[in-house]
Amino acid sequence: MCAKPVTKKTPSSIKKYDKELLNHFYDVMSKIRFFEQNIQEKFLAGVIPGFVHVYIGEEATGTGIMSNLTKKDYIQTTHRGHGHTIAKGADPKRMMAEIFGKKAGFCKGKGGSMHIADFSVGMLGANGIVGGGYTLATGSALANKMMGKKEIAVVFFGDGASNRGTFHEAANMAAAWKLPVLFVCENNQWASTTPYRTTTSVEDIADRAQGYGMPGVIVDGNDVFAVYEAAKGLIENIRKGEGPALLECKTYRIGGHFVGDPEMYRTKEEVQKVFTENDPITRFETRVLAEKVMSQAELDEIKSNARKIIEEAVDFAMQAPEPDPAELYQDLYV
Amino acid sequence: MREITFSQATLEAMDEEMTRDETVFVMGEDIARQGGIFGQFKGLPAKFGSDRVKDTPITETAIVGACVGAALAGMRPIADMHFADFVGVCMDEIFNQMAKIHYMFGGQKTVPMVLRAPDGLINQAAAQHSQSLESWFMHVPGLKVVIPSNPADAKGLLKSAIRDDNPVIYFEHKSLFSRKGPVPEEEYFTPIGKAKVVTEGSDVTLVSYSLCFNHALEAAQMLGKEGISVECVDLRTISPIDKDTILESVAKTSRLVIAHEAVKQGGVGAEISAIVAEEGIDYLDAPIVRVGAPFTPVPFAKPLEMAYRVTPQKIADAIRKMF
Repeated sequence: MCAKPVTKKTPSSIKKYDKELLNHFYDVMSKIRFFEQNIQEKFLAGVIPGFVHVYIGEEATGTGIMSNLTKKDYIQTTHRGHGHTIAKGADPKRMMAEIFGKKAGFCKGKGGSMHIADFSVGMLGANGIVGGGYTLATGSALANKMMGKKEIAVVFFGDGASNRGTFHEAANMAAAWKLPVLFVCENNQWASTTPYRTTTSVEDIADRAQGYGMPGVIVDGNDVFAVYEAAKGLIENIRKGEGPALLECKTYRIGGHFVGDPEMYRTKEEVQKVFTENDPITRFETRVLAEKVMSQAELDEIKSNARKIIEEAVDFAMQAPEPDPAELYQDLYV
Repeated sequence: MREITFSQATLEAMDEEMTRDETVFVMGEDIARQGGIFGQFKGLPAKFGSDRVKDTPITETAIVGACVGAALAGMRPIADMHFADFVGVCMDEIFNQMAKIHYMFGGQKTVPMVLRAPDGLINQAAAQHSQSLESWFMHVPGLKVVIPSNPADAKGLLKSAIRDDNPVIYFEHKSLFSRKGPVPEEEYFTPIGKAKVVTEGSDVTLVSYSLCFNHALEAAQMLGKEGISVECVDLRTISPIDKDTILESVAKTSRLVIAHEAVKQGGVGAEISAIVAEEGIDYLDAPIVRVGAPFTPVPFAKPLEMAYRVTPQKIADAIRKMF
């Protein structure tokens, strides 16, 4: 039996990080933020069809975790998956094109926001079914283990999805067979429109790890350094063959459940307070400047480059052609 | 030709494909130590090891989901459902994940897996261990659904299913496992998507599949003695359905009967009737007749189960009324 989950603290100093990794953190978080802001704007302008769910305020979790993975590691993400997909290294142009329903998108316009995948970087799919990814990640990890590969599978889920039975079935199988899976709960406090604590048996989702005999770790999900370190330790052990682990990242969903959500269930003041005090990107900026590991000029350059890349992605998506109706039957069967 | 059981035929298919391709593996409940409840996995663990013939937790959701995930990562998994009735437990993994991934992700990755699902009536197993649910899955684009009636097709279709890059649901009737039939010794494949005219006839086309196809053959024999010439078509694949073979046969006989063990309402027979009504109504000299189970759960007690069951006599009676 594993012990109660531990809370992993932020590193006392960030001077040990090399410049490349610091730049990477800021670059990825900035790209995600710009990407999602553009998505919001274009969706509300009626240019993007379907449903979209944005990751604003949660950038540090995906960035911190993915910085420990290679393109050969697999991830399964969720309906709120743009951030993970960018952090895994997918091309924002083809992502944006997919979200716009264009043929140049990763899924040729057949998937949309909730069904992006980029197998070339190990992003095995977003999932429109809450809790749909656990068993798939477990199976990909099983395949890796059977083939003697050292790569792992990471599945992202929310506090709401942690109440699905699929969590139990996958966690049990992964732990019983010591599969290389990292279960990452992004506890953003909101299960769709419901405060998770009103419908969830525990305060900390990581408490549930004990029941499967796997380690559980809690971390401040808005601190990219803390997330990176916590994930690093767990992933090293998973790669060694020690079996799965559960990492709970405490964060907060700044946007509504979906773009356009009237958010009748919370006050604007509550959201604004979190965004002012606990924005993961502002926290990163403040800390790297305070510890003098990056300069304002360096931050500005990365940010402006990220903005440019995302603006190019939007232009690309806007101008890309739509699929031809004749493509309807393509890719139904092999 | 040598005769082996349906169960042995499926075992041979598994053995040959697992020998040929090391990415093929199977997992399910009670398959390794016990060899499957119908003996359909007997001997495989000894030959291929418990890694490739895996006993799973009782967790249909994770069995199917993990097979999907393993397929995405380069394996060719086979999931055993224990009883087809349990597919309800893992329905999301089947119809939202397994079936859609290839299309929804723009063809980036295939899902080459097989879901084996033992179905049908046996030993008065009652409402939750006896059902024939194949029609549910012909409603789902992206799936292939096969359903053999005899040992030779059991082997040939299973081999085809394992080599197919699309997800295939393989229904195998529990009452067929112990039945013997001729099976070639040399390697062969039964094509997916092709029905077979097993006995030619001129008066009526009788389309059926699985165990019920054997009832159809018996009914045809009885009717033959009465001067009614029945053409028996074994569907073998439910989806994609072989319209051409059905329509060609109906064009020849001008009458159509569809018989299946599943409930009649919303069954495979309804789809075939609609196809022939849409595309072959001019061939018909009589209304289409469907023979299927009544619209009730499968009952337990013998008299009730007998009342429920589609039999050769019920099929023959339905056909007699057409003349």
